[in-house]
Amino acid sequence: MELAKNILGIFLSILGACALTVIALHRDEPVNALWILTAAVCVYLLGYRFYAAWIAAKVLSVDPSRATPAERHDNGRDFVPTHRWIVFGHHFAAIAGPGPLVGPTLAAQFGYLPGTLWIMVGAVLGGCVQDMTILFLSTRRDGRSLGQMARDELGPFGGFAALIGTLMIMIILISVLGLVVVNAMKHSPWATSTVFATVPIAILVGLYLRKWRPGRVLEGSALGVALVLFAVIGGGWIDGSPSLHAFFDLQPVPLAGFVIVYGWLAAILPVWLLLAPRDYLSTFLKLGTVAALAIALLLMHPTIKMPAVTQFVDGTGPLFGGKVFPFVFITIACGAVSGFHALVSSGTTPKIIGSEGDVRLVGYGSMALESLVAIMAIIAATLLDPGVYFAINTGAGIVGAAPDAAVHTITGWGFPVTVEQMKDLATAMGESSLFARTGGAPSLAVGMASIFGSSFGRGLLSIWYHFAIMFEAVFILTTLDAGTRVGRFMLQDLLGNIWKPLGQTSWYPSVLIASALVVAGWGYFLYIGVIDPNGGINILWPLFGISNQMLAAIALSVATGIIIKSGKVRFAWVTGLPLAWLALVTSAAAWQKITSDDPKLGFFSAANDLAAKLASGVLPPEKAAVAPQLIFNQRLDGWLTLFFLAVVWFVIIDMLRISLRYTRGLPVATSSEAPYQVTRLSST
Amino acid sequence: MNIRSLWRWLRAATGDDAYDRYVEHHAVKHPGEPLLTRAAFYEESQRRKWSGVNRCC
Repeated sequence: MELAKNILGIFLSILGACALTVIALHRDEPVNALWILTAAVCVYLLGYRFYAAWIAAKVLSVDPSRATPAERHDNGRDFVPTHRWIVFGHHFAAIAGPGPLVGPTLAAQFGYLPGTLWIMVGAVLGGCVQDMTILFLSTRRDGRSLGQMARDELGPFGGFAALIGTLMIMIILISVLGLVVVNAMKHSPWATSTVFATVPIAILVGLYLRKWRPGRVLEGSALGVALVLFAVIGGGWIDGSPSLHAFFDLQPVPLAGFVIVYGWLAAILPVWLLLAPRDYLSTFLKLGTVAALAIALLLMHPTIKMPAVTQFVDGTGPLFGGKVFPFVFITIACGAVSGFHALVSSGTTPKIIGSEGDVRLVGYGSMALESLVAIMAIIAATLLDPGVYFAINTGAGIVGAAPDAAVHTITGWGFPVTVEQMKDLATAMGESSLFARTGGAPSLAVGMASIFGSSFGRGLLSIWYHFAIMFEAVFILTTLDAGTRVGRFMLQDLLGNIWKPLGQTSWYPSVLIASALVVAGWGYFLYIGVIDPNGGINILWPLFGISNQMLAAIALSVATGIIIKSGKVRFAWVTGLPLAWLALVTSAAAWQKITSDDPKLGFFSAANDLAAKLASGVLPPEKAAVAPQLIFNQRLDGWLTLFFLAVVWFVIIDMLRISLRYTRGLPVATSSEAPYQVTRLSST
Repeated sequence: MNIRSLWRWLRAATGDDAYDRYVEHHAVKHPGEPLLTRAAFYEESQRRKWSGVNRCC
């Protein structure tokens, strides 16, 4: 067995090295996507086989003989020892969100290479390590949350920083995801009607699972998935009917209004009615689509058309401003390292894990798979003609609203594209236009439709396209519902310190107020993003990326502090190095966003630039009308970035202070680890 | 792996068998105490599931 594993390890090393060599040597000629996929799979398997195993054994001292919280507190409800592959499935479903689809799509403006390399390296050395370590530490501490662990091990400040950081990130995250959905639905009756239909379908499934056939999850989900697939086809009929077409052909602002009202309702309605059934649908669609995408990629083995590196590494990119360092790291975000995962890893998962021995598979393995999804997203973005990719993803404010002007500018960058080409593509996808559909979802959907189309039938391109849009929208909306709800709980927790009754999560006035405040928070950023002529994503996504990576820095600080306090200073680099890198990257990005003189990059310079233009009267009336709001928002974003930067550095310094005290032999907070208890479960 | 064990695995993975497992646990650990109905158990488990961070970006 050991020999077979070693032979497999050697084989994977050689295969991975070959794949990377092919990518390295094909710099001026097209490379096949299969090489990228092969290299990634080998890198993850090797990371899992060697690095993760070493961390588990030496750094964490994983002890399968030790009873986990699931066993010690087994109550048949939330604490339940569960088979490792089922825990893996639950954990993967929880961490897999739209981030790894959107981030790599946007980062493709730098070419396929920078993003691909960071997804692999960042995941194996950073993201997977973070997820596994936090999962392990929480499992040793009765499944306590990241915030509680920060408070117990570092001090009240660390705990407070984690709570505030999480709440703010949640707000930014939801607004950017809302914007992605709105941009995918605007003036697309097919997409809009399909996404709208998912709401009554979810409610029907909710009633089925609560009233008619309680808890029959498989039946309910099968019914829901069938109805949702039917809604994709039905959307095509609505698109073809003149009266219904006009009814669902909506402007972005009313669509944003619908999303905001929907988010508020989802946060205050009972979970079984809308949130839970929607999540069952999105989980099934997510797992099914990711698997289908992997199979289709193997069948199609497309050639990457995007250059390895584009001229936009110098910071002149049209999707978002900023040089490849640090912005490729900020943009990829969740596909390589995601701070948010630390919340899941210290949430439900540690309460169901049956053996400490499973943290490598569940923590490291799930993130490796998530990262592979990000690799598939970057392949889907870069197999498009680069001209088409830029035409879909660049805001009208940058290349002009007229198709002629847009193709002229984009062709001028060296990425030829024609109006006819875009028109034919839009017709094939069943859309009126694909210009300036920022946010990443439409371009990913075009990429996915081409992959599915060439593998499973070309005639159905428009169905594949709208299936992909629906797939993205369904789980974006799930994250939006769940995030608003969690944000509500956090806010109630905070407000409870001011006035006690507000802290009661079941007191209805408090529920309504806290939900409205959370929705107002993200609704504001969503609205500004929608009215921004540059598409809004160029501002919101970097803000999200910075805050998400900063949350990862907070999580890695907690982990590093605990490792040092457990007397393993010599291994502190395992989480300390990714922490140092993230601190460097996020600080550099935040600093540039705050101080840059380039209006495309700096928040304050953009505000000042726009204010000057407004004052001198050079803005066209439609831009002048929204300019004051955009100016205010850019300044707000600047202050917010500064706030994030301050919080993360306070946490890092706090951790270093405590570690220094420990190494000098001064008293520090004692470990909150639960005492050893031998397991009675037989290992399976 | 035969069809039957695949089905069992699928039910476990999706939580379709959660109530059966609860009844089993209840019979062993808390015999005689009141048992939740299928509907009440489902509602309670959903409420618990969705009161923490359970979905990500």
